Amino acid sequence: MHPVRKQRLYLVLFITLFSSAAIGLVVYALSGNINLFYPPAEVVAGKAPVGQPIRVGGMVVEDSVQRSDDSLAIRFKLTDYEQSVAVVYVGILPDLFAEGQGAVASGVLNEEGELQATEILAKHDENYMPPEVIHALENSRYDHEGNAK
Amino acid sequence: MIPEIGHFALIIAFCLAIILATVPAWGAWRGNSVAMALAPSLSVGVLVFVAISFACLATAFMQDDFSVQLVASHSNSLLPPMYKFSAVWGNHEGSLLLWALILACWTAAVAVFSPQLPLLVLSRVLSVMGAIAIGFMAFSLFTSNPFARLLPGAPADGGDLNPLLQDPGLIIHPPLLYMGYVGFSVAFAFAIAALLGGRLDASWARWSRPWTNVAWGFLSLGIMLGSWWAYYELGWGGWWFWDPVENASFMPWLAGTALIHSLAATEKRGLFKSWTVLLAIFAFSLSLLGTFLVRSGVLTSVHAFATDPERGMFILVFLALVVGGSLTLYALRAPAVSSRVSFDWVSRESLLLCNNVVFLVATLTVLFGTLFPLIVDALGMGKVSVGPPYFNAVFVPLMALLVPVMGMGPVSRWKRDNLSRWRGELLIPTVVAVLCGVTLPLLHAPYNIWVALAVLLSSWLLLGLLKDFWQRLRNASSTASGLRRLTPSYCGMVIAHLGFAACVIGIVATSQYSVEQDLKMEPGDSQEVAGYEFRFIELAQVRGPNFVADEARFEVTQNGEWVANLNPQKRRYLASGSIMTEAAIDPGMFRDLFVAMGEPVGTSGAWAMRLHYKPMVRWMWLGAILMAVGAFAAAADKRYRRQRVSASASNEAALHGA
Repeated sequence: MHPVRKQRLYLVLFITLFSSAAIGLVVYALSGNINLFYPPAEVVAGKAPVGQPIRVGGMVVEDSVQRSDDSLAIRFKLTDYEQSVAVVYVGILPDLFAEGQGAVASGVLNEEGELQATEILAKHDENYMPPEVIHALENSRYDHEGNAK
Repeated sequence: MIPEIGHFALIIAFCLAIILATVPAWGAWRGNSVAMALAPSLSVGVLVFVAISFACLATAFMQDDFSVQLVASHSNSLLPPMYKFSAVWGNHEGSLLLWALILACWTAAVAVFSPQLPLLVLSRVLSVMGAIAIGFMAFSLFTSNPFARLLPGAPADGGDLNPLLQDPGLIIHPPLLYMGYVGFSVAFAFAIAALLGGRLDASWARWSRPWTNVAWGFLSLGIMLGSWWAYYELGWGGWWFWDPVENASFMPWLAGTALIHSLAATEKRGLFKSWTVLLAIFAFSLSLLGTFLVRSGVLTSVHAFATDPERGMFILVFLALVVGGSLTLYALRAPAVSSRVSFDWVSRESLLLCNNVVFLVATLTVLFGTLFPLIVDALGMGKVSVGPPYFNAVFVPLMALLVPVMGMGPVSRWKRDNLSRWRGELLIPTVVAVLCGVTLPLLHAPYNIWVALAVLLSSWLLLGLLKDFWQRLRNASSTASGLRRLTPSYCGMVIAHLGFAACVIGIVATSQYSVEQDLKMEPGDSQEVAGYEFRFIELAQVRGPNFVADEARFEVTQNGEWVANLNPQKRRYLASGSIMTEAAIDPGMFRDLFVAMGEPVGTSGAWAMRLHYKPMVRWMWLGAILMAVGAFAAAADKRYRRQRVSASASNEAALHGA
């Protein structure tokens, strides 16, 4: 074979092998590390898997936040005004977390239908709402202040 | 009146950009040197008017002109002056104007600092940059006018700047990042000019290399500042989250890294020409994609401002035009610029090829992970998010593959090398690197295999550089003359690679050795973290210029000796009522101590506190600074500033060549 062609052949082989390895790695990494978003209504309806990482978003129900006296554990409810899901979290909450505001919790749903959250995301400024919360409320019959649409 | 002047100046700049994009390009096509000669002065003109426009907006912010909508919603009379100034780009409209300003700066810089460029090439490059400027100014003027007034009904005071952005790091982070993003437009413009002219030679690579290096250096600094800011202001001690917007700045950096290395091969050996052009297009397209992701708010991110679908649509169309147009041009013209240079498998070329493949694959995997949620959403398969574990799982092995090749790079030779020489050269570095990898992690119990691996790879990289450095000095008649013969571009390479090694060590050590504790503490409590005793002395109330805060006073001791006083705060900003955490950090070369306040817990005056021990976290930022310094040093090489031999002669040749 002509040396230039031979070189090109090796080049193509090298790139193909390398990129298939990379694609394999991507698929492997992706399969374990994506988490689907569920609005509270779907979680209560039993559509969300138990024991797998998921995210749930909605508004934090007024007067639902309970703190433990001796640890950093906290319990609150997230709602899309159709249904609400209880969330348990141990740790420090983001600064903009507040009752009556939008938040997204990611974690694992247990058998009792409670979300054991490992991370809580709240909105970042006054006018901004996480897209997931907007999505959850779009499918609900109520707006973000709980008034019927 | 001042905002109207600013608006008017922006319109004039927009018109000048239209002329810049069309007249010199027409001149280059028809061989009309009068039309081509207009390009440099038009570029300077665009800069002058955009700068006037920007200065007017800044004046409106500094003078608290709350009749301007942007000022009313993003500033406040209590804001310290430096934050009033940075508030100019702490919002969507103003940051777009900053984009336009920096693009105008780069365009004018190319016009002014390129006396060695043939007029034909210069006019094409400036025209392409003018066309990009049209896009951004049109975006600013038609969808997000920063000068819109609130008349009548101007408020008495403004709504305040988001407290997260009231920070010195945020004053310089966006401008540096934009310098990098927009800087790739120069490489892009050179690539397009080469495709249009059908001529791509070593001198082309020599012209576009310093610009690309400088842009890449700024981007490194911008990303580093963003990570540092997240560390102390936002992240509760985290420094990289694989957030879509972080990825948006990281992808052009990865593609840019591939580009500066393939440019080296193009300049020295005339290799990978069409590939280099494609990378230049790719790097700039990723910068635009980043802007789209940030500005359209399609993904959940810290950086997303309140959004408007019309704006997202505009950038998407612009992105499609730029990517579609340049790729079409590439498809039509690439055969004209491609090269047929052969090289041996054992050579520096193939090592650079490895670099390019690794960085390209890394870019694509990050791109895929970032866009995956959008794709799934568009297919109606639900809303997913791709978490940091995905990115770590694909990114870390790729970088681990890269370092062995990096260590061989400096000692390798162009075109044809042989394996037995490599073996001879690299035997001692290999042995020493293995020794370092095995022994150095013993300094920090318990023994950690990942840190050992990182030390092994970094010392391999370091030793390869040292070996080459030593050889260069040994071959010279004296050490002094050897040092004098080292070119800035060689020194730049060494510094940047050292920076990479520092980054690897910093990232791995801090990920593996960090200790983090969230706990409830009352005044008087103390807690031991990694051998340091954190004592919560008292809680106090303090007042800043535009906030009130609860401040926790901590004293840190080690074996009974005083180490630091740390005073984290929980601030409440007066204008907006928003709450902000201000962490307290005792920085150090080998460890950071970090305390942040959570929220009050219970009734006894206790607070949730986060205590961190972060070893070697500074190394990665230091590494990024070294990489940027290396890039700037390389760009300062004399060979890029060599005057053209005969200006008119090369112009003539270029014209006939086209």
